Amino acid sequence: MRVNVDGTKCAAYALCAEIAPQVFDLDDFGYAVATPEDVPAALEVVTGEAIEACPVQAIRRLT
Amino acid sequence: MNIATRVAVPDGGGMAVRGNVREDLARHLAAGGDSALHHSPEAVLTAIRAAGLRGRGGAGFPVAAKIEAVRAASGPRVLVANGEEGEPASVKDRYLMRTRPHLVIEGMLLARRLVGADRAILYVSDAPSARSVRQALNERGSPCAEVFDAEPGFVSGEETALVRAIDGGPAKPTAKPPRPFEQGVAGRPTLVLNVESLARMALLTRFRRGGLLVTLSGSGRAPVLTEIRHGVRPADLAARHGFDAGRGFLAGGFSGGLLPPSAGDTPLTHEAMRAIGSTLGCGALVAIGRDDCPVAAAADVLAFFDRANAGQCGSCFRGTGAMAGAVEALRAGTAVAEQVDRLAQWARQLRGRGACGTLDAACLTADSLLLHFPDEIRNHLAEPCARCARLPVGADTRFRVHPIEPEEG
Repeated sequence: MRVNVDGTKCAAYALCAEIAPQVFDLDDFGYAVATPEDVPAALEVVTGEAIEACPVQAIRRLT
Repeated sequence: MNIATRVAVPDGGGMAVRGNVREDLARHLAAGGDSALHHSPEAVLTAIRAAGLRGRGGAGFPVAAKIEAVRAASGPRVLVANGEEGEPASVKDRYLMRTRPHLVIEGMLLARRLVGADRAILYVSDAPSARSVRQALNERGSPCAEVFDAEPGFVSGEETALVRAIDGGPAKPTAKPPRPFEQGVAGRPTLVLNVESLARMALLTRFRRGGLLVTLSGSGRAPVLTEIRHGVRPADLAARHGFDAGRGFLAGGFSGGLLPPSAGDTPLTHEAMRAIGSTLGCGALVAIGRDDCPVAAAADVLAFFDRANAGQCGSCFRGTGAMAGAVEALRAGTAVAEQVDRLAQWARQLRGRGACGTLDAACLTADSLLLHFPDEIRNHLAEPCARCARLPVGADTRFRVHPIEPEEG
């Protein structure tokens, strides 16, 4: 599984980084970025929860 | 800078630079124009691959790879010639469209055949360029391409912004993937090539060698548009045209950051510029003269990015604003050391976080200032800079170069 955050949508709610801090990182202004690596199998469930939780649906599942 | 730009034809005659009289169809054909259209698509693609032609819009992506990706796609395909020259210090694309419109059209016809596109669109905001190409299409008598009147802007020519604009939306970038070669205009695989890249494709079939348009400006001199071979050194280029680069350069238009004077010895090739952390970009070089200051130059460029970004990605509009603020404080002599530390952190942290290259270019501007000019930073923290105080700060960047007005033939 690979994900990315659509920077044009992210509104700095920061829920993703709270739910899956190993996958999502925030910059100094609170906007999120996802790991460019494959999401480890053990983190796929929380990553899915982060995708669901994003209020602006900014997280995209690439594979 | 409000000084007319001049055309410098290289010794022995240029390939793309042929003076500043607009070339009509008769002149184009008399000089061997349209000969590229007599070669098979396979032969042209082989020549492009052999020459290692890279995109001349700024990103420098291999042209053959772009063509092959769209060529391999199924269904209707689209070609877009990108004539939207958003880099303030570059005028070469407008030179080609205003002065050599038939060379651009030849490249479009060639590229269109290479990928089997059923639509060919020129995307441009510069009105004289659009007029020149429309007139050239009329001279040809066949509606072989469309001209799309774009909105001007730094991000307007970014390839996803361009696709979005042609499809009726705002000229602002979208998140990738998909890239236009996968899903572009009207959802179709779309080949987007800069107008110089297209001209180079046509020229390659005639001259069997590459070349590079460069816009050289700065240090209070009249800017120069010329053509060089890859590998020419910036210091030699500056000296030849009388530019003072005593305090370094802005490279790749606004996309390659600041370079120290010692970078004047780096050959102007894609690889060598990458190796020093910069980019050849669109081939625009600004010489920072002895009366100038790299801090003031960085403040000007970052203020431009703060105004010109698409206002879409939070990391970008907040980040460019914050970095612009920190460097402006340095310029004004009001910065404290903590601001410089934060600037360094943002320049590293924010890389790759925008949907387009604007934020990366802003990060590189800040990062290269910190990397190459540590003494200047220290001096600006210690006391206000006399040079910075003398340099103009305006509503627009002071590095904007005026496009060339063709003479009547």
